[in-house]
Amino acid sequence: MQQLKDLINGFSSPQLIITGASIFFFLYLYFRKFLTEPSVSLFFLTLLVGFFAFSMTDANFREIVLKPDNVPIVAMIYLIAFFTWFSLRRAVENDEAITKGGSTFEGKESDQKLYTWPNLIYQEFICSILVGVVLLIWSILLKAPLEEPADPSISPNPSKAPWYFLGLQEMLVYFDPWLAGVVFPTLILFGLMAIPYIDKNPKGNGYFTFVERRFAITLFLYGWLIMWVLLIIMGTFLRGPNWNFFGPYEKWSVHKVVPLVNVNLSEFVYVKWLNTGLPKHWFLREIFGIVATVLYFAVTPFILAKTVLKRMYIQLGIFRYAILMILLLPMIGLLLKMLLRWSFNLKYIIAIPEYFLNV
Amino acid sequence: MADKGSWKDGITNSQVWKSVFRHGDPGKDRRNQALVVLSNVFLHLHPVQARKSGLRMSFTWCMGGITFFLFLVETLTGILLMFYYRPVAEYAYNDIVALREHVPLGIMREIHRWGAHAMVVTVWLHMFRVFMTGSYKPPREFNWNVGVILLLLTLLLSFTGYLLPWDQLAIWAITVGSNMARATPFLGHEGPGAALLKLGDIKLIHAGADVRFALLGGRFVAAPALMRFYVLHCIAIPLAAAVLMAVHFWRIRRDGGISGPM
Repeated sequence: MQQLKDLINGFSSPQLIITGASIFFFLYLYFRKFLTEPSVSLFFLTLLVGFFAFSMTDANFREIVLKPDNVPIVAMIYLIAFFTWFSLRRAVENDEAITKGGSTFEGKESDQKLYTWPNLIYQEFICSILVGVVLLIWSILLKAPLEEPADPSISPNPSKAPWYFLGLQEMLVYFDPWLAGVVFPTLILFGLMAIPYIDKNPKGNGYFTFVERRFAITLFLYGWLIMWVLLIIMGTFLRGPNWNFFGPYEKWSVHKVVPLVNVNLSEFVYVKWLNTGLPKHWFLREIFGIVATVLYFAVTPFILAKTVLKRMYIQLGIFRYAILMILLLPMIGLLLKMLLRWSFNLKYIIAIPEYFLNV
Repeated sequence: MADKGSWKDGITNSQVWKSVFRHGDPGKDRRNQALVVLSNVFLHLHPVQARKSGLRMSFTWCMGGITFFLFLVETLTGILLMFYYRPVAEYAYNDIVALREHVPLGIMREIHRWGAHAMVVTVWLHMFRVFMTGSYKPPREFNWNVGVILLLLTLLLSFTGYLLPWDQLAIWAITVGSNMARATPFLGHEGPGAALLKLGDIKLIHAGADVRFALLGGRFVAAPALMRFYVLHCIAIPLAAAVLMAVHFWRIRRDGGISGPM
């Protein structure tokens, strides 16, 4: 038992979890026909419940998971897993029907009209009652937490933002606040709003499908499940004092020491490779990082437009394509930065603390 | 006629009943099923008829409806909580303690808090469903945008409410959250480019004048921040959300109802 826990703790690190989840994500989409089958899904559900039940025997796990404010996040994991499965299952079924020349699940009934009284209003009424009952029972069983009175002189460790912002706080590991806390949230909101205007694909309007919207669904699901929800889960359950990473069965010790070995790109170049020491002026010091960043944002779109995204570039036109790139490149950039951090301990690509400009 | 009817007919035939409900029993015929929706301002949010596919819970997951229901629950419990709570640093924490210790049947704060957590999740699931069914596509682009702003308002509602218990969790979560604003490019005093905004030698952006200061009414989370967050939480944001929800619901109908294959 303890050995299994130690094994899981040992494998718990941001790089293994995010990489593993990403691999599983793409495998799941690729083999969706088989993996969304009810019997297979039941197996996954058993696995998830089994893992949870097994983990609940552990005192450290229980302490974090049963914190009243964390209970809804546990519920959220199951809800999101269920609805992701459900929408992909429905998509697989619809896609099969479309290839056979039949009509989708929704298409069969979209010509029929029903009266909203009673068909919709009763549904809403019953839903409201059920949600109300769940909320009441939840509120009777679980007291809303109240900690010590506010004291600006004692800062708790860890200090965490509200749970739905923990994905952003997790990004702070890789980026400075101006990117993780300001630019990325702005891009997320701007990106969500831009979706209907960038996505010119007329298919898949009003029914579940995957095949007709591969790129859009893959991109959205990856952003939402891995880069938002998974980061929240990690930030809530696996980030402890000093924002250090802890395995699910590890005690959140304030004294856990994690060596800080991160190195800037400029130090890589001037100190490790050229052996000249850092130049005095920031521009000369950071020239390599600046060039790399500019190249990434200025040249990649052209290469993509000529190669893998050729069809999309023609379809979207230059304006929509440019907006897609403004959204896509930072998203991939975040993943690249994570990879660079994990493999080379790279701290900043551009580090100009003189102007608070670190990338 | 009237003397033969049951007590139920006696009520529904009375002048009082008929003054309220202009239509007959909707359980009886189609005409009245339509009239009940048309003659009631709340039910009138719905069309008289809708696509069968769009009415299925397997299609809508009812998540938008549940979100709206939770908003109503939050409004109701929020009003009750306002009876007992004073947004002043000296009183706030004690008022919350009193809410727990002295108020009979005091689970209003629990309902309010868990309802708020649940609402964030249901908004996300609603948007997830709308995305997966491609329901943001024309002609519903604008309504998706209204929805994104409503998502932002939901998060801001929850965020501003987080501070009000005035305990350690509250001020430090808001401190962590609002510290981000310090790094806003140009407008935060530790943001890139802020040093460029100056008149001669006078800095325009500093710790006493940047977006974080505007949000908190001070250099750190203290009494003025509590008052600002309270007003935002109880008045400004709910009002904005209510207006946008009206637009959101109205546009669902204007744009052809719950989506379905064309």
